[in-house]
Amino acid sequence: MTALSELTRPWAAMSYGFLDASAKREMRRKMLKAIAVPGCQMVYASREVPMARGWGTGGLQVTLTLVNPASVVKVIDQGADDSVNAVSIRKFLARVSGARETWDTLEATILQSRHRIPEELMREDQILVLQVPNPEPLRPVEPNMSVAREMHADADYGRLWLILYEQMVRSGRIMQGAAYPSLVNGRHVITPSPIPRWDVPKLHMAHHLTFLSAGREKRIFAVPPFTSVEPLVFSDVPYKVEEHGDLTCHRSGVKGYFMNEIPQDDGSSAFELSDSNLGIKAIQARDGEPVKIGETWYNSGAMQ
Amino acid sequence: MSATSEILPLDAPRLLTATPVLQMESVSRRFGDVVALEDVSATVYPGEVLGIMGESGSGKSTLLRLMNLEDSPDKGDYRLDIPGAAGNLFDLDRYGRRMLRARHIGIVYQNPHLGLLMRNSSSGNVAERLLIAGERRFSELRARAGDALAASEFPLERMDAPPIELSGGMQQRVQLAKAIALEPVLLLLDEPTTGLDVSVQALVLDTLKRLQRDRAITMVLVSHDLGVIRTMADRVMVMRRGRVVEEGLADQIFQDPQHEYTQALVHAKL
Repeated sequence: MTALSELTRPWAAMSYGFLDASAKREMRRKMLKAIAVPGCQMVYASREVPMARGWGTGGLQVTLTLVNPASVVKVIDQGADDSVNAVSIRKFLARVSGARETWDTLEATILQSRHRIPEELMREDQILVLQVPNPEPLRPVEPNMSVAREMHADADYGRLWLILYEQMVRSGRIMQGAAYPSLVNGRHVITPSPIPRWDVPKLHMAHHLTFLSAGREKRIFAVPPFTSVEPLVFSDVPYKVEEHGDLTCHRSGVKGYFMNEIPQDDGSSAFELSDSNLGIKAIQARDGEPVKIGETWYNSGAMQ
Repeated sequence: MSATSEILPLDAPRLLTATPVLQMESVSRRFGDVVALEDVSATVYPGEVLGIMGESGSGKSTLLRLMNLEDSPDKGDYRLDIPGAAGNLFDLDRYGRRMLRARHIGIVYQNPHLGLLMRNSSSGNVAERLLIAGERRFSELRARAGDALAASEFPLERMDAPPIELSGGMQQRVQLAKAIALEPVLLLLDEPTTGLDVSVQALVLDTLKRLQRDRAITMVLVSHDLGVIRTMADRVMVMRRGRVVEEGLADQIFQDPQHEYTQALVHAKL
């Protein structure tokens, strides 16, 4: 009796990167549309991936569409390469695509991130994929999403300034910490994932392409290279980033970058670099090891 | 008769040379089988207060919604004397209507929940209108919101209190401040004093009269309260079942009503 296996070709992967070809095709179309209209939210089907919604499935689908065996993948979670979520996603990407893993921003071709942009400057040949929990900047002021779409169509963003006005009235300063509403290419306002205010200027006229994808909300938008990204501000109240410029990392000794606050037993706080790989590189450099540290967006706490 | 006198409104002698701020011609609006408005025309002159009165369901509020471009009629023509707003305004798309409404028309609703963000500050509610018009200086927003609130006789020490913490009269003052913040060419008032007690009603009406006197704001006032119409209006339009049954100077309408429905209304009130 002839076995079925003798009648068929040996098994071979017909598609790498977990997603089937039609899913990738849809993603590619939506990603191209997102690039064509910077900051405009595009709807996509958002397939099931082996991860719960809300844990970066949007970013994962974009990365799975972009990744190939020649890719070098870096995944960070709040700046850290070694968090459980970052490691799981990075390992999964490497396993289903054959891509090489890295912690080094300079080496990566695709960088998936939850809520941070690395401190080292990204290049034209790199792509940043940001995981976005809530892609709709108008949701706090307009719960009806159909009306919110009309407001985007009309560039009716006055109520976003009203949020800032209310913060100024109540607190005397802008209290918006992360997900600061920003105008892309002078047309669409985005919520740039919950990256801190520190990171928003890094998107402005950046050399790299940024995708922002929300799997649960099924929306994708993009900031193409060399595109203006302007945080919404009052003309007489300038935009301010977090005052981290004078803080020193207690592990690496470097200062002038975005820091994580580590509460101490005595009630005080220590600080360490949020971009964990930059911290590692700084320690290696201090110890005399050969290491390449790239140019950074900030220098001594000031945007270059 | 000269060419000029042919277009003069005979019932508005003090406005003999004025171009109408608002002209509405032959407007009809149906909701299914219900005729809300049938062939209604209206003209309002600069600085004038047009009162629209009638029983519930007579089409007053539908007409006001059309004047505010919140709705479209089945037929009709609508023009405002605003630079750059030529042609029938009902032909404007959603964006055009919104821009025109934001910059040139103010409205005070009977229900403050329709016109205010109840949990934002009162000054923020006024600032919202300025923001839509493109003002982006925080200091200017504060100053202009304060000016508008002061003009509405709102106590400035409470300018940052949210409307939800204010009385009905105060909420109407915030609505009024929001409506006049951009100095609109037309102020629409939809039962602005309904639901307020008599003393507060009088205060709000005093504020409206003072604003009308000081700023010569053109107003359209809808009310089923004849006392309010009589206090405020220069001219009155009486509506019944979607039609205008009588129109004239306020004194004429109240002292010598011609239509039997107007007579019934006036005598019922008096």
